[in-house]
Amino acid sequence: MKPHVKPVSWEALAAEPEFRALLRARRRFVVPATIFFVTYYLALPISVGFWPQLMSRPLVGPVTAAYCFALSQFAMAWILLALYLRRARRFDIAAAQMRRHETRELLDEVR
Amino acid sequence: MNAQPSLVMFGVFVGITLVVTYWASGQSQTGRAFYAADRRIGGLQNGWAIAGDYVSAATFLGITGLVAFYGFDGFMYSVGWLVAYLAVLFLVAEPLRNTGKYTVADLMSFRLRGRGVRAIAALSTLAITLFYLIAQMVGVSAIVNLLLPRFGDVVAIVTVGVLMIVYVLFGGMLATTWVQIIKSGLLLLTTIGLALLAVGHFHFSLGSFFNAAATVPEGARASNLLQPGLLFRGPLGAWNLISLGLALVLGTAGLPHILMRFFTVPSARAARTSVAWAMVLVGVFYLMVSFMGLGAATIVGKDHIGRRMYAGQAIHYISNHPQDQQTLDVQLKTDGYIVPKPDSNLAAPLLAQQLGGPFLAAFVAAVAFATILAVVAGLAITASSAFAHDIWFSLVRNGRGDETEHLFVARGTALVFGALAIALSIALRGFNVAFLVGLAFAVAASANVPVILLALSWRRFSRTGAIAGMLAGLVSSLLLIAISPVLMGARALFPLENPGIVSIPIGLAGAIIGTLLARDRESEAMFDQLQVRAATGIGAEV
Repeated sequence: MKPHVKPVSWEALAAEPEFRALLRARRRFVVPATIFFVTYYLALPISVGFWPQLMSRPLVGPVTAAYCFALSQFAMAWILLALYLRRARRFDIAAAQMRRHETRELLDEVR
Repeated sequence: MNAQPSLVMFGVFVGITLVVTYWASGQSQTGRAFYAADRRIGGLQNGWAIAGDYVSAATFLGITGLVAFYGFDGFMYSVGWLVAYLAVLFLVAEPLRNTGKYTVADLMSFRLRGRGVRAIAALSTLAITLFYLIAQMVGVSAIVNLLLPRFGDVVAIVTVGVLMIVYVLFGGMLATTWVQIIKSGLLLLTTIGLALLAVGHFHFSLGSFFNAAATVPEGARASNLLQPGLLFRGPLGAWNLISLGLALVLGTAGLPHILMRFFTVPSARAARTSVAWAMVLVGVFYLMVSFMGLGAATIVGKDHIGRRMYAGQAIHYISNHPQDQQTLDVQLKTDGYIVPKPDSNLAAPLLAQQLGGPFLAAFVAAVAFATILAVVAGLAITASSAFAHDIWFSLVRNGRGDETEHLFVARGTALVFGALAIALSIALRGFNVAFLVGLAFAVAASANVPVILLALSWRRFSRTGAIAGMLAGLVSSLLLIAISPVLMGARALFPLENPGIVSIPIGLAGAIIGTLLARDRESEAMFDQLQVRAATGIGAEV
C-alpha cells in the first residue's frame, strides 16, 4: 500500500454524515437483497430434495414445478442485478462527492 | 471422429492468440501491466473475460452431459453458478477493486497487517488454483482420449501447458484477458448455435421440445428429464444437493482467479459493470447448455452418447465381450456402430455431429480446447501473482526490490507453476479428478469467503480470527473430502460428496472464535479507513 500524500483523518471522514448516509443506503439495499437471494436460491435444493413428488408435478405443459423454479432463478438473478445497477448510480454520485471533497481539501492545504 | 479439421481450427485459434500475446508483450513491462493489464480493461471487456475465465471445459462438456443423462439434476449446477454472481456483485467486487492492488490477500491484509494473514491467504489461493488447474489439465487428457483418440494425451497436456506458460510469461494479464474474451465469444456462439439447432430440430416448437424431454426412451421405459431426483437420490440426496448448492453459490465470491479480474478495470464502477456483463453472458450460456443437454438426450439418445466403435473395431470388441453380445449385435446392425460405455462428456460434440455433421463436431472439439486454454492461463497468472506479489515481494523481501526483480519472479513463478501443473496432470491422467473442481469451490467458500466478508464488515475482526478462519476452512474442507464417498467409496466416514454444508460453518466459526479470543487494536483502528476507502474509492490504486 502506498503511503498517502497527506495524512487524511479517516476517522473524521468515516464520521461525516454524508458518509454515514452512503453506508446506510448501501446496507439498506445489499443486506435484504443478499438475504433474499440466498433464501430464494436455497429454497430450490431444499424443496427439490425434500419434496420431490410435489416438485415433479407438471406445471406448464410437461415442464415440472422444479424446472420452472430453476428457470425462475435466472429471472431472479437478472432482476436483482438490474435493481442494483439502478440503485448503485446513487452510490456512485455520493462516492464521487466525497472524493471531490477530499481533493478540494488537499488542494486547499497545498495552497 | 476425424481429428484433422479440429486440429486445424484449434491451430487457427492458437495462431490468433499468439499474435495477441506478441502485441501484449510490448505492454507488459511493469508489475501493474503484468498483473492488472495497467487497469485499462473496460467493464464490457472484463465482463466477457470473467465469463471466459469462469466457464471451463468441464462446464461446457460436463454440464451438457449431466443434463443429457440426468436432466434437471444436471441443470442444478448451472443455477448455482449463475446465482453465485449476486454475492460477487453485492459484497465483493467493488470493495475489492477499491482496496486491493493485485491479489485477494491485498484486501484481507489491508487492515489485518502482518505476515501471517498474507501468507495464509496466498497459500489458500495457491491451493485453490492448483486444484482447479489440475482438474482442467487432466480434463484435457480425457477430452483428447474421447475426441481425438489418435492424438496422445501426454502430447495434449504438454501442448496446453506450454501455450498457457507462453501466454502468461510474455503477454501477462493483457494477453490472458484477450485469450479469454476470444474464447468467450467462440463458446457463446457455439452454445447459442447448437441450442437453436436443437430446438430447430423440433421445428422451433418449445412445446414439442419439452414434451420429448419429458419422455426420453431409456431401454423399454421412458424417463422424464424435467423431473428431479435422477442424479441426487437416496436418503442423503437432499443433503448432497444442499451442500453442493451452498459451496457453488458462496464459492465463486472466493475464487482467486475470478476476483483477480477486478484489478484490471479502472474503477469500482467498471468492476460492477463487468459483473453485470458476466452475469448476462454466463446466464445465457447456462440456459443454452441446458437446451443442448436436453437436445442431446432427445435427438442423439443416451444409448448413443459415448465413444463409438465401427466395423472391425466393433466386431473385435464384441468377440471379447461375449456376455453383451446380443445387445451389441443389435446395436451394430441398426446403427452401424456400438457404444460399449456411455460417456456423458461426449454429449455436446455428438449433438453437433448429429445436427451439423463432422465439421460442426470438429468445431465444438476445437472450442473445447480453446476453453481449457483460456481457463488455465487465467489460473496460471493468478498463482503467479499470489507467489510473486504476496509471498516473495511482501513477505520474503518485505516490500523492497524493484520492478525488474518483481517481474522476474512473477515470470519465474508462472514457468515453475506451469511445469508443476504439467507434471502433476500427466501423473494423474486417467484418474477421475472431477471432484477437484468441487473441492476448489468448497475451499474458496469455507476459507476465503467468511474472512473476506468479516474483514469488510466487522470492526472487531482480528488477525487471529482471519488466520483461524482460513486455516479452519482450508483444513476442514480438505479433510472432509478425503474421508468422503468421492475418495473412500462405500467405506466413507463422512457421508456427503461436497463438504460445504459442514466446512463453511467451520470456517466462519473459526474466524469468529479466533476474533473473540483477543482484541486486535490495530485492526480495529484501520476499520474506518477500510470502510471509507471501500465505499468511496478514495485512495484506490490506479
